[in-house]
Amino acid sequence: MSNATATTHPLKTLDQVVIRFAGDSGDGMQITGNEFTKTSAIVGNDLATLPDFPAEIRAPAGTLPGVSGFQVRFSSHDIHTPGDEPDVLVAMNPAALKVNLPDVRPGKTIIVNVATFVEKELAKALYVKPDGSTINPLADGSLDKYRVIQVDLNKLAIESTKEFGLTPKESLRCKNFVALGMMYWLYHRPLEPTVKWLRSYFKGDKSSLADANIAAMKAGHAYADTTDLFHEQFEIPKAPMAPGVYRNVMGNQAVGLAFAAAAKITGVPVFYGSYPITPASDVLHQISKYKSYGVITFQAEDEIAAIASAIGASFAGMIGVTGSSGPGIALKTEAIGLAVMTELPVVILDVQRGGPSTGLPTKTEQADLLQAVFGRNSEAPVPVVAASSPADCFDRTLEAVRLATKYMTPVLLLTDGYLANGSEPWKLPDIEALPKIDVRFRTDPSGFLPYLRDPKTLARVWAKPGTPGLEHRIGGIEKRDGTGNISYDPENHDSMVRLRWKKVMNIASDCAAPLVAGPGRGPLLLLGWGSTLGSITGAVEMATAHNMPVARCHLQQVWPFPAQLESILKRYERVLIPEMNMGQLWRLVRSEYAIQAFSFTKVQGRPFTTSELYRKIREVIALPPGSSKPLDSAASYGVAASYDESGG
Amino acid sequence: MVTPTPSPLPLTKNDFKTDQEVRWCPGCGDYAILNAVQTVFPTLGIPKEKFVVVSGIGCSSRLPYYVNTYGFHSIHGRAPAVATGIKIANPELSVWIGTGDGDALSIGGNHLIHAMRRNLDVKVLMFNNRIYGLTKGQFSPTSEVGKVTKSTPYGVVDIPFNPLSVALGAGATFVARSVDVMSKHLIGVLQRAAAHKGFAFVEIYQNCNIFNDEAFEHIVGKEVRDDHLVDVEHGKPLKFGKARDKGIKLNGFSPEIVPLATTPEDDLIIWDEKEPSSALAYLIARMPEGTMPQPIGVLRAVEAPTFDASIRHQADEVQKKEGSGDLRKLLYSGDTWEVK
Repeated sequence: MSNATATTHPLKTLDQVVIRFAGDSGDGMQITGNEFTKTSAIVGNDLATLPDFPAEIRAPAGTLPGVSGFQVRFSSHDIHTPGDEPDVLVAMNPAALKVNLPDVRPGKTIIVNVATFVEKELAKALYVKPDGSTINPLADGSLDKYRVIQVDLNKLAIESTKEFGLTPKESLRCKNFVALGMMYWLYHRPLEPTVKWLRSYFKGDKSSLADANIAAMKAGHAYADTTDLFHEQFEIPKAPMAPGVYRNVMGNQAVGLAFAAAAKITGVPVFYGSYPITPASDVLHQISKYKSYGVITFQAEDEIAAIASAIGASFAGMIGVTGSSGPGIALKTEAIGLAVMTELPVVILDVQRGGPSTGLPTKTEQADLLQAVFGRNSEAPVPVVAASSPADCFDRTLEAVRLATKYMTPVLLLTDGYLANGSEPWKLPDIEALPKIDVRFRTDPSGFLPYLRDPKTLARVWAKPGTPGLEHRIGGIEKRDGTGNISYDPENHDSMVRLRWKKVMNIASDCAAPLVAGPGRGPLLLLGWGSTLGSITGAVEMATAHNMPVARCHLQQVWPFPAQLESILKRYERVLIPEMNMGQLWRLVRSEYAIQAFSFTKVQGRPFTTSELYRKIREVIALPPGSSKPLDSAASYGVAASYDESGG
Repeated sequence: MVTPTPSPLPLTKNDFKTDQEVRWCPGCGDYAILNAVQTVFPTLGIPKEKFVVVSGIGCSSRLPYYVNTYGFHSIHGRAPAVATGIKIANPELSVWIGTGDGDALSIGGNHLIHAMRRNLDVKVLMFNNRIYGLTKGQFSPTSEVGKVTKSTPYGVVDIPFNPLSVALGAGATFVARSVDVMSKHLIGVLQRAAAHKGFAFVEIYQNCNIFNDEAFEHIVGKEVRDDHLVDVEHGKPLKFGKARDKGIKLNGFSPEIVPLATTPEDDLIIWDEKEPSSALAYLIARMPEGTMPQPIGVLRAVEAPTFDASIRHQADEVQKKEGSGDLRKLLYSGDTWEVK
């Protein structure tokens, strides 16, 4: 499926490639990366993406903080991560080169837009000597160990779009499509899907922009084909995938779709109260369009109003949901306690990001686990569910709704920035096979009490205002079970605290089982949660390929721990827990099971690489028996957190 | 399963009493407010199950436990936000908020002004006792300058809010004030608030006899109230005084007290609660206490689209246009491909 012209370039087959597109925020790298991804999905490759947004809306053009990147890995076999490092770096300007060069191994390919490697842009990228004169990395030999390909994308963009009557600025803006066209040629991809998209995106009086970008893309494609820029072309055949209908999905999209699905499955409309915050805002944007699916969105005045309104909506019989990121969850703390106390179903989405405080809004982290499990005053247990891949965000969201409504409890649903904006192919579910979530409202007044419980789930009845004969009051003060009347009685409080605790802990036997792969027992098990699934899977595969008997276990239900977890963990001599935090799951495992697990932490705002995890596996497996150094860098708590090229 | 039947009308005051022992201090002004609420609710023609009383934290916020309707005693300052979710979920509910000067104007200030701005169709009863009663005697955002309280032993330094002018500034479509001990007046104002379609803000001067006794005595005391209160009524001139011998006229932007004997009636301010601009109401609301009478009654009652109705209307319009959503179509949208 290609419209590449017949060429004299030999066609080589590869089984996977990692490309990183990088440029200034104004250069359209996200669009370029997205298009390449979509096309690769259509070609049938397995793929994974990692967008890398700058934190500022628009830093001064050409500067280092303004660099925006998009990494896509596509392959002919099953892959789990967007790749540790790029095989090809496309750098649209010096700043993009500077920021991304450290991730490029010697011998790999760097394609640069040579037009931007001029004094002014080099200076902005801080390619300057102490005396103030600029350095040009293209001319000083510093890039000799890479395969550097210099292209004047600016010139190609301007020349190819001459006939469309664009302003010089508009013409130059087409240069990302020149680069895209070149990459389509290099990896033997069709242009047609992007042509189609451009025509639908730039419609009506904007259609000359579609024509221009298409021409630019074709020019890049032709340029790569007719010149000696590249010595070979590559094809990456399609990956074996289970039969079905697929689409590419980003984590935030999957969450949004799941809320629409939840409204349909339960027959109960969903209320989403939210306040804009990176990286969760896109969920609000997306589902604000789902009014005909039974979803109502409310952009509240602040984070607390967002959850308070969701609680009110739940009280009145909708499925209340709120979504935010770490700092917003922190603000919602007191209200979460109210939902625990009033035993109302509320789903609380936390798209985790680098912290603490404002932290790194556009970078990923998974350091809100302890906040999710414990972050309230007093004993306010909340079940915690965590998505492990972009597509899994769909299933975890439905699971959060199931738990919230079945147990009449708030539920914390954790994803992170990496999952939210990363994408992968998603085998679309059969609508009839979606999980059944049975929601019932109380209507019978006889024998009704607001805190009347199901003996098995300990969930109280859901009695919504407007129902005759069920008038009752709920609130945050401690109450007697059954009647819900305020009670300060000491024994009552003790039993109510334990009752609420038990209700949540019982979920351990009614939840997603841990995902286990590899030998049933042995020297080492990797335990993870959240978005580390991909990296852990890749590392364990690497270890297995090197004949190391390593197994892995991944939690989708993080709190309470699934009932099976303890016995799983105890079948292995050592447990290694890699996390993008300071050892939060590690701390929980130690405290719950007294297992001296090994913690491997990384808090860089980016995922674990497969190779650094593999190196850690080797290190732990090689430890003599009885070795006790469970924290990856005991006293210093990870001061030496980076690994150098020599594989240390 | 019993088929639910709507509660039989007509309702009585007793229908709205709960079996809970009322725990406000003896002599608290809140009893009178509760009494007014329980007197008014049965007269509104609304089935009992459709009432929801929401509160925050404070003595005021104990209200839901004593009214036999659905109720939600939520967290400090957050009642308007909880009420927003309730009202959007079921716009047919009659939602009332019991709050206080601390709950509404301190921690709850943000939620209050946004609920007003949006014209959410809820009725807010703000029990203003100019003190924090539940926590035993700290000053509130409506306490007067210089007041000695538990947390201000040398006197309050901050300048207080004028609640009516906050409400007017935030765009509330119904703004009124009444007094706990003037029960007939209070009942009348609550009825007007209930009849208003949209956000209704009712400030109630309430006496906390334990922590701030007689805070309003200089205004509402039986001997002085005729000279220190002006009861505004739509279409009527502003007149007050024990002998009903004083009026209020506007001198430029300053309200002035004038003797009726020597002032033509046409010179007096004729109250217009429907006036779109809240400028005059703002001036009257902020007449200085002590030298000028304080307004009570309904200062403002204007019509405007309500938030809950607008949100629902928008959703209905979208649904009409798009039809009931097809989940399969939604999930299978975008660029899909099939692997056979």
